[in-house]
Amino acid sequence: MNILETIRIGLQGIAANKLRSGLTMLGILIGVAAVIVLMAIGNGASVAVTSSIEALGTNTLTIRPGSLSSSDDAARTQFKDLTVDDAVALVDPVLAANVVSATPVVSAAVTCTYEGSSYATSLTGTWPSYFSASNSQVDAGTPLTSDDVVNSRRSIVLGQTVISALFGDTDPLGRTVTCAGVPFAVVGTIEEKGSSGFLDADDVAVAPLSTVQSSITGYGSLDSILVQASSSETSSAAESEVTAILDQRHGTISEDTRDFQVLNQAALISTIQDTIGIFTVLLGAVAAISLLVGGIGITNIMLVTVTERTREIGIRKAIGARKSAILTQFLIEAMVLSVIGGGIGVLLALLVTRISVAGVTPVVVPASVVGAFVVSVSIGLFFGSYPANRAASLRPIEALRHE
Amino acid sequence: MTPVIDLRGITKTYGGGDTEVQALRGIDLTIERGDYVAIMGASGSGKSTLMNIIGALDVATSGHYSLDGIGIDDLDESALSIVRNRKIGFIFQSFNLIPRTTALSNVELPLVYRGVRRRERRARAVEALTAVGLADRMHHMPNELSGGQQQRVAVARALVAEPSLLLADEPTGNLDSRSTRDVLDLMGALHAQGRTIVMITHEDDVAAASGRIVTLIDGQVSDDRRTHA
Repeated sequence: MNILETIRIGLQGIAANKLRSGLTMLGILIGVAAVIVLMAIGNGASVAVTSSIEALGTNTLTIRPGSLSSSDDAARTQFKDLTVDDAVALVDPVLAANVVSATPVVSAAVTCTYEGSSYATSLTGTWPSYFSASNSQVDAGTPLTSDDVVNSRRSIVLGQTVISALFGDTDPLGRTVTCAGVPFAVVGTIEEKGSSGFLDADDVAVAPLSTVQSSITGYGSLDSILVQASSSETSSAAESEVTAILDQRHGTISEDTRDFQVLNQAALISTIQDTIGIFTVLLGAVAAISLLVGGIGITNIMLVTVTERTREIGIRKAIGARKSAILTQFLIEAMVLSVIGGGIGVLLALLVTRISVAGVTPVVVPASVVGAFVVSVSIGLFFGSYPANRAASLRPIEALRHE
Repeated sequence: MTPVIDLRGITKTYGGGDTEVQALRGIDLTIERGDYVAIMGASGSGKSTLMNIIGALDVATSGHYSLDGIGIDDLDESALSIVRNRKIGFIFQSFNLIPRTTALSNVELPLVYRGVRRRERRARAVEALTAVGLADRMHHMPNELSGGQQQRVAVARALVAEPSLLLADEPTGNLDSRSTRDVLDLMGALHAQGRTIVMITHEDDVAAASGRIVTLIDGQVSDDRRTHA
């Protein structure tokens, strides 16, 4: 009695009751597909958010003025502004060994116009180091230079969203846009980063800090300081160095009275990934439950099959089928049900995950495909073993007497 | 020559304590190769229990049974299934063909469990079906065959593995008189070819087809006589 023969007999058993077999498979199919699809959606969301944050640079820290405990008005009155001097102080090879650059940033909501088209955007006044700190590549023209800053030149570098809104197909280099009534010469364009839902990384306009401060925002507090750490691994070290320096400069007494916040992109990514990871696991767990229910369906149907075919089992035993042959036959029936169900489930999941859901492109986790398939095979083995064992243990005389 | 069946002091007790039932109370029976024996008895005489023991479907409580020279008193379930497969061909009252499986596949089944290769198996199954006159019904399902035809398929299945013993349990119990005649003729022909046949029946005219009639009463052999043969 070889295994191929046993598989053949098992397949015959399944084919004998197609509707019932189909419905049983459906349970496993839905379970497997749900696990893969939900994991893929969770993973897709994680990938999308991560990449949109990575577009901003993973080794950057953003320092903003203000306190986390904003309700404390007494402390608020003692807030010190973030200043250009703060930014300069942060670049210190001794006290801040992991900081590569610190870039002051002011921003202003402005409307820029060019030959009748206008576009509302946020104008960033900053230093040339902004481009590397914010992971912005200039793909045409030149980035801002120190010269632009020192001489308060009216130069501007635009992101792709602003360019297409103002210029359409026209080459913007060398043209003059007017932002908040101030004319700027377009000296460069920033390579497209791609937008991700709520956050459009290409909706930027960058001009020298001195120019923006003198003609638009005035010389108040900086909106932020962009700190570039030497790598994403050292960003946490850089975060504590930066915090220490600013605490000292601002005379911070305790964390509650700290008048600035340091946002760590790498930490943000890992926090978001952790959060999404938890949701993915939750979704996967719900799907796994449906897989379990599918498995119980297999047990159920196999028990019915064994009862229904008790007499057949008796006949087989009478003509010399060994216990192992009967056991294998029913195990294989259960496994074929779960393997075919699981296989179709995988195919279905691969089809479904080609569709974007709510702006998220599902990214299939290869391990979930292998895992779900392996689990569905094991479910066949596990949930099929009880009915199969019951069939194999039937005593031939009793089985033969069964009506 | 070793007898095909050698039963010595076979008893079978069911249950225990107050509900103990003695189905067989010491059976001594020897059946030689080529014998055609009918075992008769009223309901409750123990003939079904005896048939289960002879068919290695059950083991005796005490006594010795050797089938074709093999002592099978102490065999476990796995060894018994091998004995059933190689030594015994069963023919049941209710045919007991596997449903939704063609006549040919049904006949092949004992060879499948014995591990015979597909090609040889098929050839032998075709041969057996031809021998029972059903060569043209090979690919029919059991529910497409008449009772007599089904029983002939069962005979083919019992024959195909060349067993030492054909064991028929009320083989004509569910058949009309014409099919009964067919099946009995078939058994007679097999006997003529030298097969050893044990048939359990309660019908005198069916038993009359055999060469030796063993009658059981209350779990004991009450009569054992040869007829014409």
